[in-house]
Amino acid sequence: MTPISLGIFASANQSAAATSFESIATVSVGSGGSSSISFTSIPATYAHLQLRCIGRSSRTQNSGYAVISYNSDTGTNYSYHALTGDGSTASAGGDASVSYQTLIYFPGALRGSNIFGVGVVDILDYANTNKYKTLRVLDGYDSNGAGYSALQSGSWRNTNAITSITITEYNSNNFVEYSHFALYGIRSA
Amino acid sequence: MPKTYEPIATNTLGSNTTTITFSTISGAYTDLVLVCQIQKSTATGTYLQMRFNSDTGSNYSTTFLSGNGTSAISWRDSNRTDINLDYYAAPQNNSWTIRNISINNYSNTTTYKTVLNRANDASQGTDAGVHLWRSTAAISTITLTMPSNDFITGSTFTLYGIKAA
Repeated sequence: MTPISLGIFASANQSAAATSFESIATVSVGSGGSSSISFTSIPATYAHLQLRCIGRSSRTQNSGYAVISYNSDTGTNYSYHALTGDGSTASAGGDASVSYQTLIYFPGALRGSNIFGVGVVDILDYANTNKYKTLRVLDGYDSNGAGYSALQSGSWRNTNAITSITITEYNSNNFVEYSHFALYGIRSA
Repeated sequence: MPKTYEPIATNTLGSNTTTITFSTISGAYTDLVLVCQIQKSTATGTYLQMRFNSDTGSNYSTTFLSGNGTSAISWRDSNRTDINLDYYAAPQNNSWTIRNISINNYSNTTTYKTVLNRANDASQGTDAGVHLWRSTAAISTITLTMPSNDFITGSTFTLYGIKAA
């Protein structure tokens, strides 16, 4: 099929038009698993980035988490808010001055082996050098009787253009085989 | 960089219709995104249903987060014969609801399929759902049904494919 020149920037029912939606890079986790993955040398040629994730953690709990940081900044320069549903209760939470921007829910090793979580992350105006960087996330997993649905926003208190993104398993476990992280760029007119 | 986010098919209804089907979906993409603007014909009926590959078995489940301007709730369905796509943002007969359904890694044959769904109705509320289809089959058909009702003329359904590099 012929690629379109008018993409749809839509992770959360938003359909803001962009002039194009382009695949930048993809990381697929192999059989040994991986505790983190990175996208480096991200060009500044786009207006926004979208990260589309499929993942599962090796953590021997019901859930694991993926966290995001930028430009190798491990300082406490990030914060986030989350609205989360666990199937019975809706709750709000968040953290200030932490070393990661958000928590993405993935199933852990105690969930069925074929079950993977999904996250769609929009990183807006990532190359702008006058603003702190804000993201939004729609993510979660369902395991037929358990799981989470979550909406998050996060801030990185830095005006640098984002040139690298690191996604880390929060509890120092691994993302397991078949986890998959794809980074896309969205151009403006 | 390779451009992507290609429209696979669009259906703009010319008459009231109960069921919409996207079939023979190519496995050439990484993710699918289904964008819908929907109104139903009468007040009858409840939620919008989705199935994959005509599977009517009890292989679907849902975890939902929903808000209506007053309260936020979470709920779930297990072992259903379809995906229930909404709660507060269920289709109405007097307003348009919009939704964006992301079906990630839809053509892989190793994992079950997880779906992200955001539905909005400005007069009712908003939903964020995560859904599971317990099958490792590649998704080749998507069916949307408005039970005991119709999608009205002018309702739109567009399926996009996104291909990772």
